[in-house]
Amino acid sequence: MDQFFFYMFSAVILVMALLCVTAKNAVHSAIFLIGTLLGVAGLYLHLGAEFLAGVQVILYVGGIMVLFLFVIMLVNIDQTLKEAIFSGQWKLGLIGVALLGVELVWFVAKGTGLPEKPETHAAAPAAAQLGNVQQVGDVLFQSYLLPFEIASILLLVAMVGAVVMAKKRI
Amino acid sequence: MPSTAQILDWLTIAKPYIIMGLVVAVWPLVSGYIVLMERKVMADMQVRLGPMRVGPHGLLQPIADALKLLIKEDIIPARVDKWVFWFAPVIPVLTALTAFAVLPFSQRYFVAELNVGVIFILAMTSIGVLGIMLGGWASNSSYPLLGALRSTAQLVSYEVAMGFAVVAAVMVAGSLDMVNIVKHQQASGVWFIFYQPIGFFIYLVAAMAETNRAPFDMPEAESELVAGFMTEYSGFRWALYFLAEYSNIFVVCSIATTLFFGGWLRPFPNVAWLNFLDWAPAVMLVGVGAGCLYLAGKQLSAANKIGMGVLGAAIIAVGLAFGVPMVIDYVSGPFWFLFKVAVMIYMFMWARFTFPRYRYDQLMQLGWKWMIPLGMANLLVTGVLILVKMQYWSAK
Repeated sequence: MDQFFFYMFSAVILVMALLCVTAKNAVHSAIFLIGTLLGVAGLYLHLGAEFLAGVQVILYVGGIMVLFLFVIMLVNIDQTLKEAIFSGQWKLGLIGVALLGVELVWFVAKGTGLPEKPETHAAAPAAAQLGNVQQVGDVLFQSYLLPFEIASILLLVAMVGAVVMAKKRI
Repeated sequence: MPSTAQILDWLTIAKPYIIMGLVVAVWPLVSGYIVLMERKVMADMQVRLGPMRVGPHGLLQPIADALKLLIKEDIIPARVDKWVFWFAPVIPVLTALTAFAVLPFSQRYFVAELNVGVIFILAMTSIGVLGIMLGGWASNSSYPLLGALRSTAQLVSYEVAMGFAVVAAVMVAGSLDMVNIVKHQQASGVWFIFYQPIGFFIYLVAAMAETNRAPFDMPEAESELVAGFMTEYSGFRWALYFLAEYSNIFVVCSIATTLFFGGWLRPFPNVAWLNFLDWAPAVMLVGVGAGCLYLAGKQLSAANKIGMGVLGAAIIAVGLAFGVPMVIDYVSGPFWFLFKVAVMIYMFMWARFTFPRYRYDQLMQLGWKWMIPLGMANLLVTGVLILVKMQYWSAK
């Protein structure tokens, strides 16, 4: 059953990603990208990370993709429909794919099996009782407090930059 | 012959599916009657009678409307993006009905108890926005596109304020689980509205904006945009958008009931001498039935007289059945939950017929310059108070 869901979500993600790249219409591309992101949320759910799945949907589908669509709708689509979807940069693309393939093969060859599931850890019973949200909170504010703060400052900088660029007179 | 224990086992396994089926089967009818109620309330506030022709006091109007919409021609205008046009109205209905899965109608009746229930509902409503956007875009026409853009901007802005209000209430409860939130209120003996009055106010305003209701019904501002994002829709696809709108109203009112008004708990759940309030469903149904019988006497045509009389008798019979002590235990929770939700929906209607529509820039100003800062301040104060309380208790 576990494997079935994994393969199902993986298939959804891959097919949607492929359609997203090949669709001619930008809005259709965005819809397929939404499908991909929902598939990723499904994988999170499958791994028992409900909180992450929920946040993935709220942020990526409800926030970022809605803004994507918002911008795409304001663009003249008829013009883009006439242009070729694949630009001529085959060589660069091939090099990138080859590098990624080598990396993947190297990791698969070097790997010694799947990483341990958190359930098999010694502290698992206590963690399982805490629930997903508490676990995420504990890890985020204890082990990874500095990266978390740095990430939020990064977001703040981006936001200030966007406001400065968008508004001539503040 | 299976034993009683076995049957009970099967029932516990089948319960979520039964509730799911019930919700999907009954909800479209209920939403039709909410539309009738809205029309009646509107008529009353404008000193009119409202629908009176179909059935006694227009009671069969929703069924007539649904039939009409079902058999209407499904017009797909030329040059629309057919695939998206066809699919868009399904999205908000799907997400709204999915959100029903985590609503706790009572301690016993819910489809699923998720430990991230609140986040699940917020995620579902955020997907629902896509239906409006894509529908407006796929119509390939100016008014729908403008309506879709406006409504998206509005929904995205007010989602932030709504999130702040919900998080404040969740902080008081200390849980994201809808069932646990109500249980916390039972344990503390206070509805969270008394801890979070500002939070509730923000939630109410944001919820009205989220569901595209007046005074925030920008996307369908008739005087400027014809019918906003659904201008090109007709027949049953149009009805699907309406079903989605009313489902969303029910969902946001249910969240408000759960977070701020104690969910399925009766008023003062811990005061023993008010235990008689548990009998409210029976008393109320008998009262409504009696009202129907009284109105039946006033009907002019014989058919209406019989119809109203049978309806009244049926309601009284159900009310009396609820009066059996064993049954009341099972229906009291859902009754209070649905009663509170109904009162909230009534408040939504009130607001719709009282306040004039906001202008678009005013709406954005209200959202970004008032609601979101107020929500942040409320969150901050709530956090500080919870910390102070924790310190104080641990010091003791």
